[in-house]
Amino acid sequence: MSADDIELFTTALAETGIMVGVSGMLSLALGLPLGVLLVITDEDGVWRRPLLNRVLGTVINAFRSTPFIILLVALIPFTRLIVGTTIGTTAAIVPLAIAATPYYARVAEMSLREVDRGLLEALRALGATRWQIIREALLPEALPGLVSGFTVTLVTLIGASAMAGAVGAGGLGDLAIRYGYQRFETDIMVGVIIVLIVIVSGVQIGGDLLARRLNRRL
Amino acid sequence: MTGGDAIVRLESISRAFGAVVALDQVSLEVERGEIFGIIGKSGAGKSTLIRTINGLERIDSGRIIVDGSDFSALDEAGLNRVRRKVGMIFQHFNLLSMKTVFENVALPLKLAGQPRAARASAVWQLLDMVGLRDKADVYPAKLSGGQKQRVGIARALAGKPALLLSDEATSALDPETTLSILQLLKELKGRLGVTIVLITHEMSVIREICDRVAVLDEGHIIEQGAVWEVFGHPRTALTRRLLRAVRPPLPDSLVQSLHQQPVAGGRCLVRAEGAGADHYAAVLALLASDPGWQTDIVHAEVDRVGGHAVGSVTFSIRYREEPLRSLLATAAGQAIGLEVLGYVGG
Repeated sequence: MSADDIELFTTALAETGIMVGVSGMLSLALGLPLGVLLVITDEDGVWRRPLLNRVLGTVINAFRSTPFIILLVALIPFTRLIVGTTIGTTAAIVPLAIAATPYYARVAEMSLREVDRGLLEALRALGATRWQIIREALLPEALPGLVSGFTVTLVTLIGASAMAGAVGAGGLGDLAIRYGYQRFETDIMVGVIIVLIVIVSGVQIGGDLLARRLNRRL
Repeated sequence: MTGGDAIVRLESISRAFGAVVALDQVSLEVERGEIFGIIGKSGAGKSTLIRTINGLERIDSGRIIVDGSDFSALDEAGLNRVRRKVGMIFQHFNLLSMKTVFENVALPLKLAGQPRAARASAVWQLLDMVGLRDKADVYPAKLSGGQKQRVGIARALAGKPALLLSDEATSALDPETTLSILQLLKELKGRLGVTIVLITHEMSVIREICDRVAVLDEGHIIEQGAVWEVFGHPRTALTRRLLRAVRPPLPDSLVQSLHQQPVAGGRCLVRAEGAGADHYAAVLALLASDPGWQTDIVHAEVDRVGGHAVGSVTFSIRYREEPLRSLLATAAGQAIGLEVLGYVGG
């Protein structure tokens, strides 16, 4: 592998890192509140709002059922509005974050639903306000699950970021397509796959470890 | 009803879930400083009833007054203020698994906005009270059931409540742990003067610590009164059934050998039942005054409940028609409950 190839890899790695990192943080910051909202506005939630719950669920499902490659293209006008450009790494972050947010919202929702209803009742019995119930019981109790869910979201984002090459975002996936596939440079293809395996394994193992360390039920 | 100092007053409250009526015109009063038990089978409405007392369950009609606050006049924030003065413990403890014992006990103070520094001494005091000072930094997953409930009790008392609600607090515990938790509750009542309302399906819990009891069946209170009275003179079939656990009935083998008619040269089983200070002494005196009875005791279950002897003693006496008639008449004259159960061969 030449020095040029090494540089190709490091650049692609950095692009993937930025895309996944920034869109991951955005999906956490936006998806978690949505997940909480989905749980608390439900029939038996601490803030019953059935209509809001249905609307929210429908919107999230709509985004979740659109394949990412289509979302990527469909969101181009919106992307231009937000970041002022429709090509490059920055431009890819917008559709990635928008795809990952409803994904994480659902994953977070699942973890939050696992929280024992008895705990929420105990908090109510102690005179906790809704916000206190969320902060003192719902979120801390679901924390290990929320961390595991975020790990899965990051792994999914790494996969999705490969498609961002379609808007010239670069990254590892783009490298594999352009060099490995279109130019028949098999060693680059194999290299990308190995790097992806290492990254995904690292994220997964790190996430599992953190979730275990946080879990006080063990 | 009682006109004393009621801390809880429920006035004909009703609650239905769809077509299922959980509570139907339930009225009761809990006096300040007593331990009031509500017993019933599962599905009788006990859980719904106790949850109305801190407003976790709303009612369709009726009136709830707790410690002077009329719930109908309160919004959610007002109810929250009442809840901070009403502790609650649960069958499954409901401790936060991601917080230490210390943090769990400190939680009510944190919710009430007490600064961290002010919380600590109160929490240590509570942990001492339930004997768990050495477990302060442990997470609930590492505790036994009894220890978890002690944490639950400490947490419930952190807000210095005047009233403690206990929702089947010992139902998930083994008999020995149950006793230790009940002892603790009794002790805390004595020390802090806290009023306790508990629900249970076990008569043994009622016997152990309650002053008064109400029997709930299908959303109705079918019987209520001082525990010793209800134990001594159960008025309904359900109460009698619930009492079987703490008042063992005659063994089946004995019941089956009973004849309805006297057997020539045989014996007769008479049962003295009731509650009262000198009750059994009077029966014994009557039977001992005539050696011709050849008195023997075949079954007895007498317990002291709330300072009263409560239970029944079944005697076997030689059957003699005329003396038996006069014995029963004398007993009736002295207001001693004595009844003939049946006859057996000699």
